[in-house]
Amino acid sequence: METIFGIAVDGIAYGMILFIISVGLSVTLGLMRVVNLAHGAFAMVGGYVASYAAQAAGLPYAAALVVAVVLTVVATLPLERLLYRRIYGSANELNQVLLTIGLTFVIVAGVNYLFGPTLKRIPLPDLLLGTVSLGPKAIPAHRAFVIGAGALTLLGLWWLLERTDFGIRLRAAVDDPAMAAALGIRTERLYLATFALGTGLAALGGVLGAELLPLEPYYAIRYIVLFLAVVAVGGAGSIFGSAAAALALGIVDTAGKYLIPNFGEFFFYAALILILFRWPHGFFKGRTA
Amino acid sequence: MTRTLRNALLGAAFGLALTAGSAGAATIKVGVVAPFSGPFALVGKTFKEAIEVYQAEHGKTVGNDTVEFVYKDLDQANPAQSKALSQELIVKEKVGYLAGYFFTPDALAVAPLIDEANIPCVIFNAATSAITEKSPRYVRTSFTLWQNTVPLAEYMAKQGIKKVVTAVSDYGPGIDGETAFKATFEKNGGTVVDTIRMPLKSNDFAPFMQRIKDAGAEAIYAFLPAGPTTLAFAKSFSDNGLKAAGIKFFGPGDITQEPDLPALGDAALGITTTFNYSRVHDSAMNKAFLAKHKEMFGSTDTVTFTSVGAYDGAHVIYQMIKNTGGKSDGAKAVESVKGMSWESPRGPLTIDPNSRHVTQTIYLRTVEPVDGKLENVEKAAFANQPDYGYKVGK
Repeated sequence: METIFGIAVDGIAYGMILFIISVGLSVTLGLMRVVNLAHGAFAMVGGYVASYAAQAAGLPYAAALVVAVVLTVVATLPLERLLYRRIYGSANELNQVLLTIGLTFVIVAGVNYLFGPTLKRIPLPDLLLGTVSLGPKAIPAHRAFVIGAGALTLLGLWWLLERTDFGIRLRAAVDDPAMAAALGIRTERLYLATFALGTGLAALGGVLGAELLPLEPYYAIRYIVLFLAVVAVGGAGSIFGSAAAALALGIVDTAGKYLIPNFGEFFFYAALILILFRWPHGFFKGRTA
Repeated sequence: MTRTLRNALLGAAFGLALTAGSAGAATIKVGVVAPFSGPFALVGKTFKEAIEVYQAEHGKTVGNDTVEFVYKDLDQANPAQSKALSQELIVKEKVGYLAGYFFTPDALAVAPLIDEANIPCVIFNAATSAITEKSPRYVRTSFTLWQNTVPLAEYMAKQGIKKVVTAVSDYGPGIDGETAFKATFEKNGGTVVDTIRMPLKSNDFAPFMQRIKDAGAEAIYAFLPAGPTTLAFAKSFSDNGLKAAGIKFFGPGDITQEPDLPALGDAALGITTTFNYSRVHDSAMNKAFLAKHKEMFGSTDTVTFTSVGAYDGAHVIYQMIKNTGGKSDGAKAVESVKGMSWESPRGPLTIDPNSRHVTQTIYLRTVEPVDGKLENVEKAAFANQPDYGYKVGK
């Protein structure tokens, strides 16, 4: 019984971290239909900014987090204007892949040049060190914080996309850009805002997930399969789908590693294959948010 | 037709004249294959810097010959590419010596080449015991997993530790470490209560930590390749309360390599490892090495085990050139350094005549802050440790 409880707690904690680092991709890939392979690179940029802000500039953790998200968004907005705008639309999938993977290589090389190949860390405040006990099981305080942040992000996104004008317009613009434009929706601005949302979430994930996925220049390429797996299983564009997928994969992976560690990543990928076999478009295809 | 023939003859004559002209004071080239870009670029950087420090201290000439190092970038473990680059070095650059090699498969791939071309290959890192068995022209100046693990297992048994869990990355060196530990520790009266092999690409280590806790171990023996996974593992170890529960953390020194220590931070405190080199090793030679390094490159932040591997490798190559009088004869060059002993920044070294691997002092170290910086502080030394893994199981 205790074993099952332990696996559930660790699994949910890992799942929530997976959710928070891939939800930004769910926004760009799902809502904007851009196969943004540079998602990992944006997350990494966010992490490096936070690391620099906290270590070199001496900002507290919360401030470093805000600075990282804001600076990453500001730095990537010109990319939307100059590059991404040209590749919107599902007819451009190959162009999207080529452009964003190229962008990833450029960012990897840039970060390597500026910060060097060694690992960087984001120092945690005392509050997030130590452990939190849940009955017989203790989990790191930082993970509990990430679970809370993940739940808040989930609710916030749901509210934004389902309950606000912005969400309605965005969904209209994605489903039928010509008609939405004819109705007077300024789709260009809408796309700009959504792109900013996606990169902001990427940066947030990069900072919050840095304890689990340490920052180094190859972060951008190393973990992209993980992000894509979560979005594919969840169903592109579905925020709840991503959350469900992340939790399911997190629990399966944790259970597999605990019970039969020699099988390694087998259970993670087996679950991925089986889920996509049963639901080829992911858990929540066809429903937004 | 005749013109082609004439050109070819002229070319050949010209080529001969060139070689004849340079016979008096030749340039001897040494090809270094290592990662200079990509995730392991730091390794190539440490190799190159250490070689340059060696050349600055000992000059660029041996006798009448000038020694020139030629670097080739091999960014990841890729045996086919390793072989192609090494062949290019031999055929096009006409190198007399091969050196470097960070990953085991890359080092193994050149065995047929060095035998055919009769060229010595000095390995600066690749640490699987079996490599030097594959060709008589391999000489290695690094360490092996067995060499580091055997004294560690004996020490742990002497400390009265009875129950240990091994947690290693599931690949060649990890399994070498696990085998070496289990064999030595159980021979000394301890019990290995669980052996965990973790996938190389693990991100989340919480389930393994739970398993270690449940196994009731007093200590763990852990080995992961240096880099992001090691960081996540060490953090997970302290975050999940294993450190607080009093479980002790042991392993080979790769896991606390100097460039990673600032990122590991407090999670690294108290990790006890055995290894062949610590940056804070207390000897005049090491101080001189660090001072020269600082003078040339401005910082010693990246100096680590791969630095001394390359530094001593360069020394062995210089000796080989001296012993053969600059003539290219791989078998003779290797023969001439068998049993050679010298003093290195890491301590006394001897090339074992059988395994052609360095017999050296292995140090027991604990991660502690020194002048506000985390360092591997040496606590004990085990002298004259050979490669226990050479021809094991044969």
